[in-house]
Amino acid sequence: MIAIKNINPPPATPHPHSRLGSREDFRTIGEAVVANPKIRCRHVDVFYGPKQAIFDVSLDIGNKEVIAMIGPSGCGKSTFLRCLNRMNDTIEGCRVSGDITLDGQNIYDEKQDVVPLRAQVGIVFQKPNPFPKSIWDNVAYGPKIHGLAETKSELEGIVETSLQKAGLWEEVKDRLHQPGTGLSGGQQQRLCIARTIAVSPEVILMDEPCSALDPIATAKIEDLIDELRTQYSIAIVTHSMQQAARVSQRTAYFHLGYLIEVGQTQQIFTTPRHRLTEDYITGRFG
Amino acid sequence: MGKHLQKELEKIKKQILSLGAMVEDRVRMAGQAIERTDAQLAARIVETDWEIDEVEVEIEEDCLKILALHQPVAVDLRFLISVIKINNDLERIADEAMNIAERVISIAKRQDPGYRFDYVTMFTKTEQMLKRSLDALVNLDVDLSFKIVMLDDEVDAMHRQAYQRTCDEMGRRPDAIKYLLNYYLISRHLERIADHATNIAEEVIYLIEGEIVRHGKY
Repeated sequence: MIAIKNINPPPATPHPHSRLGSREDFRTIGEAVVANPKIRCRHVDVFYGPKQAIFDVSLDIGNKEVIAMIGPSGCGKSTFLRCLNRMNDTIEGCRVSGDITLDGQNIYDEKQDVVPLRAQVGIVFQKPNPFPKSIWDNVAYGPKIHGLAETKSELEGIVETSLQKAGLWEEVKDRLHQPGTGLSGGQQQRLCIARTIAVSPEVILMDEPCSALDPIATAKIEDLIDELRTQYSIAIVTHSMQQAARVSQRTAYFHLGYLIEVGQTQQIFTTPRHRLTEDYITGRFG
Repeated sequence: MGKHLQKELEKIKKQILSLGAMVEDRVRMAGQAIERTDAQLAARIVETDWEIDEVEVEIEEDCLKILALHQPVAVDLRFLISVIKINNDLERIADEAMNIAERVISIAKRQDPGYRFDYVTMFTKTEQMLKRSLDALVNLDVDLSFKIVMLDDEVDAMHRQAYQRTCDEMGRRPDAIKYLLNYYLISRHLERIADHATNIAEEVIYLIEGEIVRHGKY
């Protein structure tokens, strides 16, 4: 599927009695690079004021793949995710350096307008945050401001397809003009996904999209992610290891702002190559 | 949750090692039974095989419980999968010890035609392989595991020798075929024990390296 080669240096001297790298070695192990990346990140550092939150992270997000980012709280996975559509621009004192390109275009270029960028690279947050408007307006808002529909019927078409893709259409088609906030948590989250899809993104970022949902709503979102991956590249930050294992093809493990290991999800969860990854996913951490 | 799982895994480790010790004991008894053609000792092996079966089932159930309740990953997952397979191998080794015992009982009933094949060397090698495979499991020793896999060839060679000699002997004494057959089958059972010990060593390699080395992939 994705040809992979390793750009990161091999780990320092391994522990004499183990095949795993030492806990003190923070250099990335694994396949950080893919052949045709959608998003390509090289040597990314992020600072909040004087404090550095991300250290020299190089990672590709492949075309039409789901990549999961895992790691303990404060490891920088959300910070890194937010770099990918410049959400960090809204945080005062936050500075990003290094290269991040989307289809070869530097997204931190001075000429880059963040409004179309955030349509191309949409984001879904931890807590569902529908606008205090009707279900229809929630989905139609993006296409309207981005000028994606010329006629009312076109707009209706976009709203319907987006809701269908988000697996919500059947549940809401009879009450499109009721407030979005009146839906259940899981439905609200799918509404937010529909809102993201409505502006024809290429990449969808998800920041713990299921942590406020029950197992059934979670399963629905996970099924949805699996369907969406045929059309979009998806990067998902999750605290649930099982979720990362279920939905992603590649997994990246972050620790104290460093990208420690990245590889095929199956490999990460059966034979991680870094001691820190193993400590974290097996619950031996700390 | 991490600590809870670790405790459960420690418990499983103790259980599998204690099963290993029980099985080793039985194999040692089978060796003595062969050496002395001791039908009484052989009968004791046959009668107590249920003890092994019981522990085997208990270990498997505990492994399934941990898989269902903790969904372990990485080294913990590999450990449990290895234990499930090693558990099975140990139970089969005990079965082979019982098979040997049954052969010894048959042999003891018949008149000895004066034919002897030296099983001491073959038995010692096999027993050593089993002991070392359990050592490899206790100490998570990859190097030792690879050595055991190599030792298997020697036991196989001895098995072929036993086959050839038995064939020759059958030609000379057609009247003693039943006796010789039973006598030869001991070699077959020993060879199977060595195979299961090899499997255990390969599981230990998988547990540590995460690589499946069965079917000659090394």
